[in-house]
Amino acid sequence: MIVTFPHMGNVYIGGKALMDDLGVDVVVPPLSTDYALEIGTTQSPEFICSPLKINIGNYVQSIQKGADTVLITGSCGPCRFGYYGVMEKEILMDMGYDVDFIIFEAPDGDIGELIRRMQKATNTRNIAKMAKSIWVAQGIIKEADRIERRMLHLEAVEEDKGTIKKIRKQFKNQARLAKGSKGMRELLRDINSKLDKVLIDNEQKPLKIGLIGEIYTLIEPYINLHIEEKLAALGVEVDRSLCVGEWVTEHLVYRPMGLTRDKKIRKAAQPYLDRCIGGHAWETIGYAAHYSQSGYDGIIQLLPFGCMPEIVAESILPTIQKDYKVPIMTLVLDELTGEAGYMTRLEAFVDLIQRKKERRERHEA
Amino acid sequence: MRHRNLFMGIDLGSVSTNILLIDENEEVVEKLYLRTQGKPIKILQEGIKEIHKRLSPEDTILGVGTTGSGRNLASMIVGADVVKNEITAHGVAGLKEREDVRTILEIGGQDSKIIILRDGIIHDFAMNTVCAAGTGSFLDRQAARLDIPIEKFGQMALKSTNSVRIAGRCAVFAESDMIHKQQLGHNSEDIINGLCQAMVRNYLSNVGKGKEIKPPILFQGGVAANVGIKKAFEEALKEEVIIPEHYDVMGSLGVAILAKENWEKSNATDFHGFDLVNVKYEVKSFQCEDCPNQCEVVQFLNNGEIRGRWGDRCGKWSELKNTRENLLA
Ligand code: SF4
Repeated sequence: MIVTFPHMGNVYIGGKALMDDLGVDVVVPPLSTDYALEIGTTQSPEFICSPLKINIGNYVQSIQKGADTVLITGSCGPCRFGYYGVMEKEILMDMGYDVDFIIFEAPDGDIGELIRRMQKATNTRNIAKMAKSIWVAQGIIKEADRIERRMLHLEAVEEDKGTIKKIRKQFKNQARLAKGSKGMRELLRDINSKLDKVLIDNEQKPLKIGLIGEIYTLIEPYINLHIEEKLAALGVEVDRSLCVGEWVTEHLVYRPMGLTRDKKIRKAAQPYLDRCIGGHAWETIGYAAHYSQSGYDGIIQLLPFGCMPEIVAESILPTIQKDYKVPIMTLVLDELTGEAGYMTRLEAFVDLIQRKKERRERHEA
Repeated sequence: MRHRNLFMGIDLGSVSTNILLIDENEEVVEKLYLRTQGKPIKILQEGIKEIHKRLSPEDTILGVGTTGSGRNLASMIVGADVVKNEITAHGVAGLKEREDVRTILEIGGQDSKIIILRDGIIHDFAMNTVCAAGTGSFLDRQAARLDIPIEKFGQMALKSTNSVRIAGRCAVFAESDMIHKQQLGHNSEDIINGLCQAMVRNYLSNVGKGKEIKPPILFQGGVAANVGIKKAFEEALKEEVIIPEHYDVMGSLGVAILAKENWEKSNATDFHGFDLVNVKYEVKSFQCEDCPNQCEVVQFLNNGEIRGRWGDRCGKWSELKNTRENLLA
């Protein structure tokens, strides 16, 4: 068995460490690129949301390197993502790739089945060992997320422009090579100490933008056209509402047990939306309210073309904007998104919140 | 002629290129509207040559601003002090026209936008860069199909007595629906009027979706010359729509004003001077094969020397020192 999994932000960092530790052979697909999307686009239904297309590209590139088993998480409420695994298997079949799919979900709340699937994927019967490795892996993903957040915050105020960009590149290159959780932890420590040394310019008071929206679009820089780096280059401090580490624990640990850790966010969403309508609409609304209350200058929603839950969320956002007077912009993304128009919107939005802030400060003075 | 201090605004778009000069009182002293014709560098150099001819030797350029989809390219060529996106540029120009403006409708050759302003600042905006049915090119095409000069298009719409509804969701549908209506025997005036209404409907439901359109409303961009569209907007919005004097060059007017503001703060300019019309500029691109991103890297050359590179994701090309040794391809 040689496993692979689709790219989703930093998942590969923890996923690879986990499989290395358990002695399972793993192929990490090349980071998502135009090529991956091209493969996916030609083989997937035209109007399916773009994450699925990229997944297919990831798989094919991994299969060409020998992978024969795909790992993917399952259902997260009434949204197409719940059927990704099943659909993707069919699509690969049609392409002539007969690979195994292990879908992490508890069908009808059957935790036993989820554990059996996990045992299969991790190639061990020993539940304690498996649980420990998973725990370690999710810790690594979370640490990688934390580092990423730190880089975003530092990038807006670094004294030497371009320092963070270099560290980020180094991080990405080395993460693919690090062996096991031990190697990965060393890398994370190393990057952290590099970040400690980054000189910051205390004079700078960067604008703050919160990113909300569908999770895959949020955490996959390829799909969102590297929005975080683009905003940092415009001198903006970015905070991203969803990170993959939290998402993994939420979906693999809490949700199957009927629990959630998103209470604070759900409470913030409550006046506008008080139930799960699928996808991440609930979180989108909750974080929009949360960022508005926390002094952010602007909010950007990322919406993969055709994503129903986010379209519903989009229609609620103007009410939040009215209540808090914090500008919110929605960006729709798919394989046809032109980079020039996208950049124009980002620049215009940053100008808008900049001028708003200056005016407010003048009023207060 | 007495000495004038001037500021230049350039709007380099894929369909049209505008160059405009304002004086210290923000009055427009020269303006030029050119077709880009897929040759932005050549057209821009010719345009600047033409502008130079119209000036007296005493005039000085104190600042330059660029906007439009080719704003970065234009900036490399002329040496701009301000490089701004089209939304901000149009907003600034609109505010100069009417301090109290609350809505700007803009339809240009290649895209359309809506800008919502409140208390003198941009509050919200939307842009359409995908659908051709909402742009000037679409009208040009239909005018050609009906064999009517585009300048007369709007006037003809006003003569319509019967309204004909044309499906305007998408350029292809609108076109086939229009042909169908022609075959049914409707007269040209009514069809043209129907097209204007379809375009406005399309704009309002696409670009203007969910936006609070409040007066005063300005209508900017090349299409504002079309009285038929203006009337259709007024009917749909039930509000007066104002067309600024320089409606077709508002983007360049906006950046010229920003260039002036910049000069007032810095007292300096990067303008390369009018000799730039004699420099040989080239853009060469190549595909980098060093990693799976396979970026299309663009190189900007000035008399054979690389002055800038862009298009790379990782920054390895754009950060290179721009010397002759690094010249590739
Ligand atoms: S320019 Fe950089 S990111 Fe782009 S293909 Fe080359 S190495 Fe890769």
